[in-house]
Amino acid sequence: MDVLLFLIFAAIAVGCALNLVLQTHPISSALSLIGVMGSLAVLYLLLGGEFLAAVQLIVYAGAIMVLFVFVIMLLNAGGEKKPSKKVLRTAVALPLLFTLAGVAAYVLASQAPRTETVKFGAYVAGPYEVGKALFTTWLLPFEVTSILILIAILGAVVLARKEI
Amino acid sequence: MSVSSIPSAQEIVRFAPEIALSLGGTFVMLGEAGLKNGSRARLAVMAFLTLLAAAVLAVFVAADPGTAFSNLLVVDGFSTFFRVLVCAAGMLVVLISTNYLRVEGHDSGEYYALILFSVAGQCLMAASNELIMLFIGLECSSIASYVLAGYLRDDRRNNEAALKYFLLGSFASAFFLYGVAWLWGALGTTNLSEVRRLLLDPSAGVDATMTAAAAALLLVGLAFKVSAAPFQMWAPDVYQGAPAPVAAFLSVGPKAAAFAMFLRILMTAFVPARGQWEPVLWTVALATMVIGNFAALHQTNVKRLLAYSSIAHAGYILVALTAMSDTGAAAAMFYLAAYTFMNIGAFAVVTYVAGRGERHVELMDFSGLSRRSPAMAAVLSIFLLSLTGVPLTAGFFGKFYIFKAALDADLVWLAVLGLLNSAVAAYYYLRIIVMMYMHEPSAGAGALPSPGVGIRWALAASVAGTFVLGVAPSLVLDFATASAPLLR
Repeated sequence: MDVLLFLIFAAIAVGCALNLVLQTHPISSALSLIGVMGSLAVLYLLLGGEFLAAVQLIVYAGAIMVLFVFVIMLLNAGGEKKPSKKVLRTAVALPLLFTLAGVAAYVLASQAPRTETVKFGAYVAGPYEVGKALFTTWLLPFEVTSILILIAILGAVVLARKEI
Repeated sequence: MSVSSIPSAQEIVRFAPEIALSLGGTFVMLGEAGLKNGSRARLAVMAFLTLLAAAVLAVFVAADPGTAFSNLLVVDGFSTFFRVLVCAAGMLVVLISTNYLRVEGHDSGEYYALILFSVAGQCLMAASNELIMLFIGLECSSIASYVLAGYLRDDRRNNEAALKYFLLGSFASAFFLYGVAWLWGALGTTNLSEVRRLLLDPSAGVDATMTAAAAALLLVGLAFKVSAAPFQMWAPDVYQGAPAPVAAFLSVGPKAAAFAMFLRILMTAFVPARGQWEPVLWTVALATMVIGNFAALHQTNVKRLLAYSSIAHAGYILVALTAMSDTGAAAAMFYLAAYTFMNIGAFAVVTYVAGRGERHVELMDFSGLSRRSPAMAAVLSIFLLSLTGVPLTAGFFGKFYIFKAALDADLVWLAVLGLLNSAVAAYYYLRIIVMMYMHEPSAGAGALPSPGVGIRWALAASVAGTFVLGVAPSLVLDFATASAPLLR
C-alpha cells in the first residue's frame, strides 16, 4: 500500500514538474507547482514526517504559491511567445537527454546496494523533534537564516524602490 | 535531555566577527534611512571601520581555537586566514567605491550594507565545518552579490549582469544543495570531519556510488562559484556589466571564500577519495587555465579581459587543489592573498580611468595613459606584472609555490602546461602596458581628474601588499603552511 501510494504521488510530482516547465502561461506553471508541492507533502507524510507535511502544505502550497499567483496577476503576465521551432536542435538534444538519463539510471540501479530500503513511517519527526533539533543542534543555521532573509529584503528594496 | 540549548559564551565569542559584520550591516542600513543627506558619507566610514573591527576580532578569537555550535563552526588558522582576507578585500572595495558611487549619483548606504552582509557570509563560509552552514554562508554572500551586480538599476549593463548572475548562480546553488542532500542520504551526516571518518572506516559500509554522485553535485556548485570551466560562462558577462568596484569585489571576495569552502570540503572530507577526485580536478584545472587565457587574448574591453584573466587565475589555484596536499593548500592560500591585492588594484585603476558612466573601458582608452596620468600607468603596470608573475611581485611567488606543490605531488604535466599557460597570459597583460607607454593618447582624451582619497589609499595598500608578498612571502606563507594541516 505504501509503495503504491509512493509510486502514484512520485509520478504526480514528476509529471507536474514537467508540466511546469512545458507550459507557456505563467498561471498554468504556478498551478503545476502547487501539484508538485502537494505531492511532496504526501511523500513526507508517508515517511512519517507529519509536521513537515503540514508545514509543506501550509507554507509552500498555501502561502508562497498565493504570493506567486498574486504577483503573476499584478504583472498581468501573458503567455510566453513560442520561439520558432529548431528541428535540428530538438532532434539532437532529445536523444542525448534520454541517453544521459538512461546511463545515469543504469549506473545508479546497477551499483546502488539493495540491502536496505526506505522504511515507510519509520522516521519520527513531529513538532517536538523538529523544534528540539532546530533550537539545539541547528541553532546557528536557524539564526543565520534570519540574516539571509534580511539580505534578501534589503536587496528587494534596493532593486524595487522608485529612486536611489 | 542533557543537551543544553544555550550556547556558551566561548561559542558566541568564536562567532564574533560575523556578529560584528551583521550588526554593522544593520546599522548602516538603518543609518541610510535615518540620517540626513549630508551625513551619508559617514556610512562608508562606518562600513570600513566595521570591516576593520571584524578582521581584528577574527585575529583576536584565533587565540582560542576550537569548534562551536555543535561542531558547525571551527575557528582555526585556516578560517582566521580567510576571515581576515575577505575583510581586507571588503575594506579595499569600500575604499574604491566611495568616489565611484558619488560620481554615478548613487551614493547610498544600502551598497555598504550589502557589502558588509556579503562579507559576513564569506566569513561564515571560511569558518564552517558543516555543509548546511556552508550553504547558508554561500547564499548570504551570493544573494548580496547578485544585488550588488545590478546596483546601478537604471543602467542596462547592470540589469543584464545581475539577471544572468542571479539565474545561473541560483541554479548552481541548487546543485550544491542537491549534493548535500545526496551526501546526507549516503552517509547520514553533513559534518565534514564525520564524512572523512566514515570514508576512512572500512566497516562503515559507505556506498561509494552514492557518495561519488554527491561529490559530483557538490563539485558542480563549487566550480560555478569559483568560475572554473565548464561553468565559467557567467564571469565575463557579469564582470563586464557590473559596476567596476563591484566587479573588483566579485573577483576576489566571493571567489576567495568559495575557494576556502572548496579547500575545506576537499581536504577535510574527501582526501580519502583522492584517487577519484584527482583526474576530475586535473581536467577542470587545465580547461580553466586554457579557456581563461586564450579567450583573454582577443578581448578589447578591459573589464572583460580582467574577467577572463580571473578565470585563468582560478585555474592556477585549482592546480594547487589538484595536488590535494598540505603544500598545495598552503600554496592556494598564499595565491589567494596575493591575487586579492593585485586584482583589486588593477580593477581600482580601471574604475578610475573608466570615468562617469564607465565610458572608457575599452583597451583603446588606455593608450597613452602614461602621458595623461603617469602615476596611474605605473601602478597598473605593477599589478599587471604581478598578475603575469614577474619576480619581486606577489604573483611570482604565488605561481612558484603552486607549481612547486604540483611537482611535489607528481603532477608534472599539469605543472608544465600551467607554466606554458602563464607564458600565454604574459601577452595580454603586456599588451596593456605597451598600450599605456608606447602609444599616443587617442584624440579627444582629455586630462583625467585627480583621483579621490579612497582610491589613493586602496592603490597604496594594494601596491604595498603586492610588493611585501613579493619580497617577503614568508610573512604569509609561514602562516598558511602552519594552518593548512589543520584542515584534516
